[in-house]
Amino acid sequence: MSDLLAIDQVWKSFPRRKAEDLLVLKDVSLTLAEGEFVSLLGASGCGKSTLLRIVAGLEQETAGEIRLDGAQVVGPGRDRGMVFQQYTLFPWLTAQGNVEFALDDVPRGQRAEIAREYLNVVGLLKFADNFPNELSGGMQQRVAIARALALRPRILLMDEPFGALDAQTRGLMQELLLSIWERDRLSVLFVTHDVEEALILSDRVCVLGASPGHVREIVDVPIPRPRVYELRDSAEFVKLKQHVHGLIHDEAVKATGLAGVLARGGY
Amino acid sequence: MIVATFQAENPSVGAAPQARGQRRRKAGIFSPIPRKHYALTAGIALVVLLAVWWAASAFKLVNPLFLPGPGEVWKSFRLWTSDNTLWLDTRDSVTRIMLGFLVSSLVAVPVGILMGTYKRTEAAIEPIVGFIRYMPAVAFIPLTLIWFGTTETQKIVILFIGVFFQEVLLVMDNVKTVPKQFVEMAYTLGLRQPAVLWRVVVRYSLPGIVDTLRICMGWAWTYLVVAELVGAQTGLGFRIQTAQRYLDTPLILAGIIWIGILGLAFDYGFKLIYVKAFPYMKRGR
Ligand SMILES: Nc1ncnc2c1ncn2[C@@H]1O[C@H](COP(=O)(O)OP(=O)(O)O)[C@@H](O)[C@H]1O
Ligand SMILES: [Mg+2]
Repeated sequence: MSDLLAIDQVWKSFPRRKAEDLLVLKDVSLTLAEGEFVSLLGASGCGKSTLLRIVAGLEQETAGEIRLDGAQVVGPGRDRGMVFQQYTLFPWLTAQGNVEFALDDVPRGQRAEIAREYLNVVGLLKFADNFPNELSGGMQQRVAIARALALRPRILLMDEPFGALDAQTRGLMQELLLSIWERDRLSVLFVTHDVEEALILSDRVCVLGASPGHVREIVDVPIPRPRVYELRDSAEFVKLKQHVHGLIHDEAVKATGLAGVLARGGY
Repeated sequence: MIVATFQAENPSVGAAPQARGQRRRKAGIFSPIPRKHYALTAGIALVVLLAVWWAASAFKLVNPLFLPGPGEVWKSFRLWTSDNTLWLDTRDSVTRIMLGFLVSSLVAVPVGILMGTYKRTEAAIEPIVGFIRYMPAVAFIPLTLIWFGTTETQKIVILFIGVFFQEVLLVMDNVKTVPKQFVEMAYTLGLRQPAVLWRVVVRYSLPGIVDTLRICMGWAWTYLVVAELVGAQTGLGFRIQTAQRYLDTPLILAGIIWIGILGLAFDYGFKLIYVKAFPYMKRGR
């Protein structure tokens, strides 16, 4: 099977003033098949966003290569729909106007109708005429997802899209995203630092280690779909969770330089 | 099914029932007050100011030559209106201000946008503008007289000097407030650079730019007297200076107050445009 997305031995370093370059990503390789849901999981600061931004074409890799459908990625484009953690709806446009912004390739006369279809998918048709500052954070992210979907991208790139939401809303958003994913068979590369979120959503979880960011382990999530909420208590899920938590914990200890301190105090 | 769950999060429309016997919180930092209270407070403050002024002259607390009372000033104003000169003065002054403001803005807005967007443009222009803007506009009068004589152009140039160098920096700052994530979002939505500049950068900064225009219009008014200092035969600033020669303090005050009223009217006009053009800028939740 040929891969939809290939992250091929990517290195990234940022130049610093009066200091050595900061190496953020070290030899990261990962592939994503068509229709697959893959998460990038790691402690904050380990380079998840940087990697996603390189895939989006917003940042230039220092070495290595990103390929989408076999073609090298050289800049941002409509074939990759992006959802950021910060709210990025344009404040001067209504919810519908924001979705229409993604429909430049559609004849003008059809944009409104299509935009409303996508708002309906995220359950916000009633709020089509509201401006972003009249919507809650969760609603704004739903519009942002509708906008990304309206691009009909080859792959959806999401950078902690639910990170700023409260736990209840986040749970609902995960269900919504899964239902859309299962219906449309999207391909998704999803960044999160939340172990449970990664496991609930993904086919595979790419656990990143820190300083510099590298692939620690790629964990398969063989839990059947559709995944229901109760699944979080199943023995299989709990075991996976413990395993991934272990990986993350090791890396976090290394990254924060707390190894010495924790060893002294113990747990 | 999922969609139904999501509708539950959506707030429904409608007013909440008012709690009876609600305890009123004391006026605090940033706490809003009803529009009516605002207008009433402003009205009272104005009446108090007028009363103090009236009392000061009525009870001869100050020499009426220095500060004539409201009655005197009103009489002088009526006299000014009676032979049409007020209308002509106003027309000429407003024309000068509009032209000075227009020319300044036509240059400042595009240049400011480019400075805010492209560092190289900023580097080329900002230091020079930052230097010139500290030079007083009055000091340019002799130079502009040599260049343009006592023409209308000379007056517009003075207004331009007074406004432009501040305006262009303010517009630059307006553009710099565009969050980087909006620009990146636009790129991932497939926009090319000119479209990002026009449809996102400029569009995002538009409310700020309109506010800058409002502030600069105010400055144009404050430079009116300077612009009409030399070689004017009409105009509000010219009239005030003539009155000074005859120690006609009532007319001076009438002129100052009239300029204030006109300035306020323009300011209000800009605020109206702002509210109408940018409905999304009012506070949401
Ligand atoms: N534009 C940049 N310039 C310099 N350093 C950066 C830049 N972007 C990210 N970094 C650094 O790269 C590291 C990884 O950041 P990031 O990718 O945002 O991590 P994560 O998303 O996993 O929290 C951090 O140390 C951060 O300071
Ligand atoms: Mg991040």
